[in-house]
Parts: sequence; C-alpha cells; structure tokens
Amino acid sequence: MLSLPPVQKLLRPKSVAGSDVAEEVTSPVLATEAGPPTCYSALRADELRPLAAPKDEVAASTGQPPRHDDLKEMLDSNKDSLKLEAMKRIVAMIARGKNASDLFPAVVKNVACKNIEVKKLVYVYLVRYAEEQQDLALLSISTFQRGLKDPNQLIRASALRVLSSIRVPIIVPIMMLAIKEAASDMSPYVRKTAAHAIPKLYSLDSDQKDQLIEVIEKLLADKTTLVAGSVVMAFEEVCPERIDLIHKNYRKLCNLLIDVEEWGQVVIINMLTRYARTQFLSPNQNESLLEESAEKAFYGSEEEDTKDAKAEAASLAKRKPYVMDPDHRLLLRNTKPLLQSRNAAVVMAVAQLYFHLAPKAEVGVIAKALVRLLRSHSEVQYVVLQNVATMSIKRRGMFEPYLKSFYIRSTDPTQIKILKLEVLTNLANETNISTILREFQTYIRSMDKDFVAATIQAIGRCATNIGKVRDTCLNGLVQLLSNRDELVVAESVVVIKKLLQMQPAQHSEIIKHMAKLTDNIQVPMARASILWLIGEYCEHVPKIAPDVLRKMAKSFTNEEDIVKLQVINLAAKLYLTNSKQSKLLTQYVLNLAKYDQNYDIRDRARFIRQLIVPTEKSGALNKYAKKLFLAQKPAPILESSFKDRDHFQLGSLSHLLNAKAVGYQELPDWPDEAPDPSVRNVEVPEWTKCTSREKRKEKVEKPFYSDSEGESGPTESADSEPESDSEESGSSSSSGTSSSSSDEEDEEEEEEEEEGSGEQSEDKEGEEEEEKRKKRKEKGGPWKASPGSVGSEEEEEAEGKKVKKAARPQGKKSHAETSSEEASASESSSSGSDSGTEAPTVVEAKRRKTPSSKAGPKEISLLDLDDFTPPPPQPVPSSSIISTSLVTDLEGLTLTDTSLAPALLSPAFGAVRTYELLHRMAGEGLSVEYCFSRRPFPGDPHMVAVQIQISNNTDAEVKSLRVSEPKLLAGMRIQEFPEIESLAPGDTASVVMGIDFCDSTQTANFQLCTHTRHFYVSIQPPVGELMAPVFMSENEFRKEQGKLTGMSEITEKLTLPEKCRSDHAIVQQVTSAANVGRVPCGADNEYRFAAKTVTSGSLVLITLEWREGAAAQLTVNSEKMVIGTMLVKDIIQALAQ
Amino acid sequence: MIHSLFLINCSGDIFLEKHWKSVVSQSVCDYFFEAQEKAVDVENVPPVISTPHHYLISIYRDKIFFVSVIQTEVPPLFVIEFLHRVADTFQVCRRSSNVGDTLPTGQLSNIPWRRAGVKYTNNEAYFDVIEEIDAIIDKSGSTVFAEIQGVIDSCIKLSGMPDLSLSFMNPRLLDDVSFHPCIRFKRWESERVLSFIPPDGNFRLISYRVSSQNLVAIPVYVKHLISFKENSSSGRFDVTIGPKQNMGKTVEGVVMTVHMPKAVLNMNLTATQGSYTFDPVTKVLTWDVGKITPQKLPNLKGIVNLQSGAPKPEENPSLNIQFKIQQLAISGLKVNRLDMYGEKYKPFKGVKYITKAGKFQVRT
Repeated sequence: MLSLPPVQKLLRPKSVAGSDVAEEVTSPVLATEAGPPTCYSALRADELRPLAAPKDEVAASTGQPPRHDDLKEMLDSNKDSLKLEAMKRIVAMIARGKNASDLFPAVVKNVACKNIEVKKLVYVYLVRYAEEQQDLALLSISTFQRGLKDPNQLIRASALRVLSSIRVPIIVPIMMLAIKEAASDMSPYVRKTAAHAIPKLYSLDSDQKDQLIEVIEKLLADKTTLVAGSVVMAFEEVCPERIDLIHKNYRKLCNLLIDVEEWGQVVIINMLTRYARTQFLSPNQNESLLEESAEKAFYGSEEEDTKDAKAEAASLAKRKPYVMDPDHRLLLRNTKPLLQSRNAAVVMAVAQLYFHLAPKAEVGVIAKALVRLLRSHSEVQYVVLQNVATMSIKRRGMFEPYLKSFYIRSTDPTQIKILKLEVLTNLANETNISTILREFQTYIRSMDKDFVAATIQAIGRCATNIGKVRDTCLNGLVQLLSNRDELVVAESVVVIKKLLQMQPAQHSEIIKHMAKLTDNIQVPMARASILWLIGEYCEHVPKIAPDVLRKMAKSFTNEEDIVKLQVINLAAKLYLTNSKQSKLLTQYVLNLAKYDQNYDIRDRARFIRQLIVPTEKSGALNKYAKKLFLAQKPAPILESSFKDRDHFQLGSLSHLLNAKAVGYQELPDWPDEAPDPSVRNVEVPEWTKCTSREKRKEKVEKPFYSDSEGESGPTESADSEPESDSEESGSSSSSGTSSSSSDEEDEEEEEEEEEGSGEQSEDKEGEEEEEKRKKRKEKGGPWKASPGSVGSEEEEEAEGKKVKKAARPQGKKSHAETSSEEASASESSSSGSDSGTEAPTVVEAKRRKTPSSKAGPKEISLLDLDDFTPPPPQPVPSSSIISTSLVTDLEGLTLTDTSLAPALLSPAFGAVRTYELLHRMAGEGLSVEYCFSRRPFPGDPHMVAVQIQISNNTDAEVKSLRVSEPKLLAGMRIQEFPEIESLAPGDTASVVMGIDFCDSTQTANFQLCTHTRHFYVSIQPPVGELMAPVFMSENEFRKEQGKLTGMSEITEKLTLPEKCRSDHAIVQQVTSAANVGRVPCGADNEYRFAAKTVTSGSLVLITLEWREGAAAQLTVNSEKMVIGTMLVKDIIQALAQ
Repeated sequence: MIHSLFLINCSGDIFLEKHWKSVVSQSVCDYFFEAQEKAVDVENVPPVISTPHHYLISIYRDKIFFVSVIQTEVPPLFVIEFLHRVADTFQVCRRSSNVGDTLPTGQLSNIPWRRAGVKYTNNEAYFDVIEEIDAIIDKSGSTVFAEIQGVIDSCIKLSGMPDLSLSFMNPRLLDDVSFHPCIRFKRWESERVLSFIPPDGNFRLISYRVSSQNLVAIPVYVKHLISFKENSSSGRFDVTIGPKQNMGKTVEGVVMTVHMPKAVLNMNLTATQGSYTFDPVTKVLTWDVGKITPQKLPNLKGIVNLQSGAPKPEENPSLNIQFKIQQLAISGLKVNRLDMYGEKYKPFKGVKYITKAGKFQVRT
C-alpha cells in the first residue's frame, strides 16, 4: 500500500486496436530474443495504415494540398534558399505530427543537392518516410553510397547514419557492407557511427547477428574513448550473452571509462557490473565466514572438545581464503571518481555497481552522492529514492548519517513524500526513533491526506520493528482516533489492529474504545478492521461484543462487502464463545447473508452455518469449529514493499517497476569458483597497426582528454596490463595486486592462529599446515597465468619483475613483491627458469618466524588476544580489585612490566574495555583497537581521551597513518593524533586522540588513512565514558542532589545477583561501567558516586541503595536526562553481569 | 533506447514529436493522459508508466511534458537526465531569438565540449558563486535541518584554447562536489584546484554541498501566529519577518508563499510593507516583501475567513520563504585566483557572490 506506484495499476493489459493486439502476441518473442522478430517491419506498416488514413482526410478537408503544391514548386526551383525554406516547413510539419508523405518524390530529388543545409533536412525527411515508400527511397541509396566514400568524415558519418536509419529491408546487404567498412574507417567518429548502426541493422534483420558480432568484436578492440560507449551499447542490444567478447577488453574499458562521454559511461558501467558478477568472487563471502566462526567460538567454550575445533578448522580450510581479483579492484577504483559526475544517470550507475560489487565496508561512499541527487529535478528524486529505499533495507548504516536529508517538506510532491517516508522508516532504529517519531508527528498534521495515511502506516511499521516504542506509538495512534478527518481515523484503526494483534491482552481498553467508533467511522476498511478485532478478542470484551453485533445486524444490508464478511465472522466467533447471547443474532445475520447479492457473502454464510451450527448432517468438523475460528493467529509482519527488490539490478527500469522489463538482463549470482582470470590478459599491442594519421590525432587528444597523463587516456597505455598500471601509480598504489595478496597472507595467518588456539597437538597441526600451504601454492599457480601457454608464463615472469622493480624503490620488502615472487617461483619450477629461486626460501623463513613470534603472547591469554574471534566486550576481570581509575593512574608504572605481551597490550587494556576500531581482515592486515583511557585529554579538558592501539600485521611497512575527513555531527570536534610516519611489520603503536562528543553517544566517524588505503571507522562512546570523576564530600553531594530532583532524577529498582553482593564488587562494576569517582557515605548500605560530563561539566550523581537481600535501588541525578537514563541502564546491566 | 519523444503542453496537445526508430502512434500518449488525470496534480504524474507494449518515461519542465517512449530495459535515470538536457537546450533556443537560422554545425574538436577556432575581441571570464540555503525551521524557531548547496555558474568568452585554473581560499568547505566533465578530477583530488579547458559560453562549472559540520547561518527569522477559532468562521494571521545573521548585508527579494488550508475562503490582511495576493482557487497566499530594513520590520496581519460550518482546519500551513543576499556567499567560500594558460592575451576576470533561499520552509 505504502509505496505502490500508480504505475503498477496501469500494468493491466488494455484492449486496443487490432494491430496492437497482434504486436502483443509477438512481444514475448521480443523478450526472449532481445531483438524484434523477423516479421517486425511488416507489422509496422500495418500499424501505420490506420494512423495515416485519417490524417489524409484532415489534410484534404482543410485544403492543404494546394500548400503542398506550393512546397513542391519551391523544391523544384533552382534557388537553394527556396529549397531550404520549403524543407524547413516540411520538417516542421513532421515534427508536429502532420503527414507530409505525398511530398516524397519532390523531396527525394534533392538528396543530391550540393547545399549542406538542404541536404541535412532532406535526410531528416528520408529517415521519417523511407519505410513507407520503400521503392522511391531506393532512388536515394546511390547518393548515400557515394557519401560513404567522401573525404570528409562528417559526410561519411551522416551518410551511414541515414542509410542505417531508413529501415528498408531490401538494402540490408548494403548496410552490412557499409557498417563493415565504416568499422575500419580512419576517423573514430565514423567508427562510432558504425557502432550506432549495428543495433539498427539488427532490429531490421536479426539474421545478421553473426556478422554483426564480428563487427562488434572488432570495434570493442578500438582504443578511442569516442567509440567505446557506442560499441558497448551495440553489444548490449545484439549479444549481451557473449560475455567472452569482453575479457580482452575489460581492462581497457576500465581505464578508458573516465574519459568516455557521459551516456557511454552509463552503458559501460552497467555492462561491467554484470560482467564482474560472472567473473569474480563475492567480496563479502568472508564476512559470513567471519560471523559464523566468531559465533561458534563464542558459544563453544572450554568444555567443547577438540574435535569440534578440528572440524571447524577443516571447514575453514575447505573454503579458500578470499582474495580480491586485481581486475575487480581496478573496476571499483576507476568508477569511484564518477560518483562526482554532474550526470545523475552516471552517479546512479556507479552507485549500483558499488552496491552489487563492492566489499561491504566500501559501499558507504555512494550514500553521499545519492543524497546529492535529491537536490535535482523531482523525476530524478523519484528514481533515486526508489533505489535508496531498496538499499536502505540491506545497508541501513550507509544512509543513517543523512537521515535529515530525507525529511519531508510540505512542498514535495506526494509521490516523493511517500518515498521519503519509506526511507525514513527503513532507517529507524533504537537510537534515532525518537527524532523520527517527532518528525512524523508534524507530518500527521499535513493537509495532504494520502501522505498522512502513509505516515500512519509508517508509524505502525516503526512500532512493530522497534519494541521500545511500541506503546508510545500505540498511544499516539489511539489519540488519532479522535481526529476530525475520517481517513486519518480509518488508517489508524487499520494500523492499530495490526499492532494489537501482537499483545491483545494488555489492550482491552483500546479495543473498547474502537468498538465505540463503529458508530462514526464509515470507511469500510476501518469498520472491517474493528469488527475483526472485536471478534478475535471477544473474550476480552465480553459485554460489548454482542452489542456491536446487534448494531451491525441492523445495518447489515447497507454495509460494504468487506464489512459484511467481517460481520459474519464476528457472528460466528460470538456464537462459538457466547452462544447464549448471540445465537439469535447470528441466525439473523446468516439469514440476511443467505440472500445477499454478492455470491462470496452467500457462500461464506452457507459455509459458516454448516460449520458452527450442529445438525445431524454436519460431520466431525463441527467439533473443531472453535479451534478453527479462534486459533492463535500470528501477528502480521509489516514490511517494506522494497524488501528483496535488489534481486533486480539497481537503477534499472525493472527494479523501478518491480517487474521484469522487456530485454532485462538478469544480474547473475557470484560464481562459487572464480573463472580463469588469465583470459583478461592481453598480448603486447602491435603499434604498427595504427595509421600515421591516427597516431597524430591521438597525440593531440591525449593531454586534453585525460587529466592523468597516460593512465586513462584514450591511448596506447590503456591497453597495458594492470601490473604496469600499479607500477605507474607507485607508492600511492592501493593497487589490487599488493593489497589483495596481503589479504591472502593475513588469512593464512589467521587460520594458523585459529588452529593454534584450538589445538593441543601442535606438531601434527604443523604438518597439516605445511601441506595446506603447498596445496595453496599449487592453486596459486593458475591464478597468475594459464599453465598451458608458455608464452603467457614468460609474460607473467616479466610482470613479476616489473612489480619487483616498482617495489624496490620503496625500500621495503613489500608484500606485493613476496607474493609475485612466490608466483613466479612456482612457475619457475616448471619452466626451468631460475629467476627468483631464492625468494621462496626467504619467504618461508619469514613466515615461520611470524607465527612463532606471536605464539609468545598467545600463551598468556589465549582467548583475549586471538584476533580472529573478536571477543565481545568483556567485563573487567574480577580479580583486579582496585578501581579502574586507579589502574589508569598506575599505568605509567606498570608499562615497564615486560612479562606481559610487550607490544600488544598495555595494562590499561586489561582493566579497561577495549573496542575494535578496525578488524585486521577489514583493515587488510592493519588492526586497530581503542579504549577510553579515562585520563584527561591533554590540551582540551572538554575532550574524551581515546587511546588507540594500532598493530601492523602485514609484512610491509605501513606509512603515514593518520586520521582524515572526520564526519561529525554539529558541535562535535576531533583532535587527531599526530601522524605516525611509519609502522614496521609486526609493530604496534599506541596513540591518543581527543574527541568532544558533546555529551552525547553519537558516533564520531572518520577515516583512518595509510599511505595506500582509507578505512572508514567510527567510535561510539558508552555513556559512562562521557564523564570524568569529581571528588566531593558527603554534604556537597547531598546539596547537589537536592538541586537535581524531579525530572532530573531517575530511579530504578534492581536485583543484585549473587556475585555482586559485596562492597568491592558493586564499586567495581559501577566504576567499570562509568568513569565516576566514589563519594564517602555514612550509611552502610549506600554507595555514592559523582562525575561531571566532559563537555558541559554537568554533574552526574549516582546513588545505589542496597536493601535487604538482593533488592537494590539505583538513583541517578543529572540535568542531562538522556545521559541519566542511559547511565541507569548501563549500570544495571553491569551489575547484573 | 529512446524510441520516440512527444512534447505535450498543459492543455494536452501533442505539439511536437520525434521518432528515432519506426513511428509510434500518438495514441500511446493516452496512457499518459490517463495517469495524468489520476494524479490530479501535474507534479504527481509518475515519471515512469508501464503500458502493454511500451514504457513511458516523462519529465515536466516549464509547463511542458516531455514524454518518451521506451521499448526495452534502460536505466530510467538515463532517459530522465537526457530529457532534461533536451529541455535545457529548448530553453536556450527559446532565449536566443534566431530559432532555426543556424543549424548545429557539429564540428569535431579534440575537446568534445569546446568548438575549435573561438574568437572574441573582448576576452572575459565571469564566475557566479551562488549559494542556496535549504532549511526546515520548526514551530518554535529552531532549525530542524539546514544545509548550504552551491553552484558556480560560469560565462566564459575567451578566444582559442584557454586552460584555466581556479583556486579557492578555503576549498575544505566543499564537502561534496560534482563537476562539469571539463574539470580534471585528479588535479582537484590532489591540489583542490579546478583545472579545466572551459566550454564556450554559459555553463555550470561545479555544484557543491558545504560540509555539514559547519553550522549554517540562517539570515532571516519569522515570527508567526496563525490560529483558527473553534466554532467560528474566522482565524487570525500575523507574520513578521526579520533579519538575523546576515553578515551586515541587506536581505532583499523577500517573498513568502503559503498554501492555506482548503477551508480558507478569503483573507483580509494588511501589509506594512510590500503587497500580498491571495488566490481563493489555489488557496495560495503570496506576500512580496522586497527588502528588509531592520528599523521597521515587515509585518502581514489580519483576518482569515473560513468556510462557515466547516470544521476548523487541523493543520497550520508551512511558510515558504525566498530571499536573496547580494555579494555574500553564506558559507564563506572565497575564490582565491584564476590563472590562464595556453593563450597569450590578458582576459577580464570577474567573480560575483549571491546567497539565496533554497527550499526554505518554516513550519507553524
């Protein structure tokens, strides 16, 4: 209901004129073959006849023939100016939809006219009418054939354009020849026109497919940006299934992309999305793997025997670790800048590409660009919002920072309002629901009633999805029941009905209230809903229900059908539960229904009578009538109509209509095994092929077309392998090769660790390890090159060397190097070349070293340090009795304690909770943790100090680590830590940054940058970290507490668990949950704590009163009510643990 | 992709058609008219309509519907964006009086967006930095949502092949930027400089959004009191507009538009400044205020006549405000310098700043 576009309603086929029906029959053929059937042109002519006929009559009656004579005269004259004037008038007639077909002979004569302006207009005329007058049109063909040979490229191109547009089947062979010739024309402009002509010829005669594919293949190899978009367009229309044609051109297309014209970009990006889905592995498969194993590790604690761990390890080993194909990375990298295109279609195309292809962590970049499009024309908004609605279901976090951009203005068109509402509803969660509900409240008062109805539904959805606000929403909706507008009331009733179904027992008051509404509400759907509710829960309202039935029986004959059905329903249910009062009424209603005009109602009445009224004939069913009618019914799930729409490629027409459009190409699922990537390798281009003219031209083009010299120009370099590409980009390479191979390494290590931690028999494990590594290496072989071809092997080796060269200047044994060496080494054993034979041993040695050096700390605390299974925030170990603030004070001293894991953890991490900022898998080997050190941040007392622990688990040095582009809410500030210039492999650095959270638990989002990568990370502080302890006397405490009563006081009762019934435990749990200081207290069973919020310095006072047994009462006084409420929750949670 | 295009005016006449492939009968537009009827409002006609044999994708611009006929799958935005470009071209054509006198030459140049051999006697380059404030102000006057959206429109009349670079004093303000294709993306990424060979004439260089961290200064405030009495056919209306945070510049071109509830019959108001109109059919109240002088704040006050017997409107209307501030970019964005390479002459360079209200709405 919510977002059903009116479009859908039009989907019903309409009976139209005969010719149209004929076409309808053929359209399924159209769909399957992705091209028109052979009888296409014949049908067209048919279709035109009824159109042309009445127009001629009109022309005759308004006396146009003389004017046409006049035009004919002008066309026959010798003066070009007269001819031009005549042609202008004729073309204007065509544009207005008037028939000018009788002028054909007069016009076609001028096709050979020397005047270029006249000629252009004659072409326009021909394209329009040649199909109708095929015989006459043939007269002009020779002119075009001459034009195809003209020295001027513009004339060659326009001749081809007209020739391919005139849809005369007899000239198909001529067209074919012309296209073939033009495809090897010197001018890229003519070649582009050839690409445009291909789909036209194909639609005229699909038998030409094979020949056309040859031409497409040839043009796909073209290196100019001008041709690229057009030929991919032709590819999509003629042979989208021939994905193999793309392999060799894939890298070139990626590199040319930024310089292709906008429209071509859209087509190429959409095609490459499909291509990538068939050729690469899902970048997110790891995530499911990670979640799964984390879960297992969490539940399967000490007691689980080692078998389980073994099985797990085996299953992990079975799945190959994910490595992003460098070509996959290339596509993502080269499309990203296009998010800044001024063209909405390009932005959308990139957005859908990222949505369908990018690793989850990277998809976020598209949100900003999509939100920008919301400023555009309303049609653009409409399409973008539909797509955002779909995306926001799967990736809610992505759009959350832009929540306010979806707020609705009274001036928005209704269809936009409803889509925005959909998005807002999808984005609602526990933290933002109060803001959203406040916003909804203003919407309910809108004048636009359709929109109000949609808002009520949205509230209903929020209420079902977020349990916390269910009662608030329900109360709000009940208030709406007294609204003046009947539509509002009706919609509320329908939604309330759905909500009540979740917990009917508590709401008999509301049901009673609704029963009263039957007197006033006339909207059938609402009446039906009320009746259903009363029937369903008649036992909750035993007195009212029969009375409602009485009233409804009276008005039965005047009700709408849906209401009548529900009256019968109500009667049946009452009969079963309260037959004494309602027997006669039920009989009466059933009798009325028996003679109803609607057969559904008559049927229903007969069915129900048989079922509930016991007679001799009624069988066994009668006994179960009550069970049938009053069975527990599952509460309805209110879900978005955009759910699962992403099985259509986003941005497509099919997605928008939520139905497969003609010619839609299904978005394939990721393959389980990646197809051979070597198919995309390209031989060294033969430069000699280029004519000297072309070369010269490209040289001129280069600096203008491309902003990055060489890399993405429409030039030779575009064809080179990505390896050399990464060479160019040098140290700034987030190049696929190096980053993805480091991924691989990491996962291997992780697996090792995983196994190590779960295993006692380490020797055996080690052997397995070795074996596995060997296997992997063997598998690694075909990754780089097809083993069969010696030529490509050699090439690969050459590439390997190239990478080596590129990596050396960095002065480090980079990861890229080792991996490529490894690759070349594995080949060298077969090819007999001895290049790099040393390397593998070095690598092996290094590998062995890394795990063993890490084994040390692992022994100490097996569980906590294993980063493969990130531990859920653990409570402070109960052994440490000193309060956490003391621990932090002592931190400086204990730091020298070397018996603890030297690099990994400072003691503070043991006492204070650490949180993960960046998992080593997401961080490609870089793992970052943070904790709130609870020390004042030097330099700014209003900031919370966040200690950040960065470990480099890669084998390469990570350079220039820094924070950049913080995304903060208004008022929030970040003091970044000083840039870390370099972090050696295996090293860990600890830095402190300050964040002013403005006394709110809003997340601080920023990017963590290395010299190669940017990681999006965010820090959300627990409420307890937003304050600093203050020390005060008992009297001061009392005094301050006295000031903070009423609204500022929050009290909650709780039960202390066994563990928490000692002074130590209580103090410790409270101080671990919040950064507070203890205040002395005279009473025995009372504990007091005080703190000030960091930003505004508001006092936060905590009192815990321990009554007899387990009962206790917690009171928090603070003028910051939100903080107070959240703090109470956190402390209770901490104490309950 | 696009099969045919029909242009339809407000009264439903198809006054122009163009067919790229075979001719599609005008009757296909009936589906569009049907949808239009159902939508009541022109702006609620769905942009994509599915018919038995075709899909219709339409836009509405300057009181004209551009209806395109599609036969197979195509990204809808592709078509919509294209139609808007067509509409842009029409606008340009209508402005220049010599329609049809010169047909497009389609000259091929190495740079697709600039023709070769441009010549001017006076070489000039003008840049207009135009910023719009989008805001939602709630009943109590606090800002629910505010954002600055800006564009730089350029008018460049330079001979030959000039290569320009434009730099800003504070480029970090620009949070999200979209570019004309002429801009070299890499250069912006690395140096935050706009480097480009411009198209000839008028074009939009960039559009941008100012980073949301910066608090948006709201240049005007509105005091309002709109109330409808229970059981009486009248209500009160009292609105005052005043300047606020306007950086010492004059707020001018102030216009307030209000869609009054349906039950409003007429309004008897007095304006201390400017003039107001109320259209009893569309229920739109427009108050053209003009310039705001802080000494005497403009006020519009009076009685609202309601349909007798009708219940009092539940809702209060939102006030839509327009205004303009010359010589000010509200975000503080400043152009630093413009350099030209590749040509020898000295061009005249000019930069102008303007701040306007975008979608500026005050809820009451």
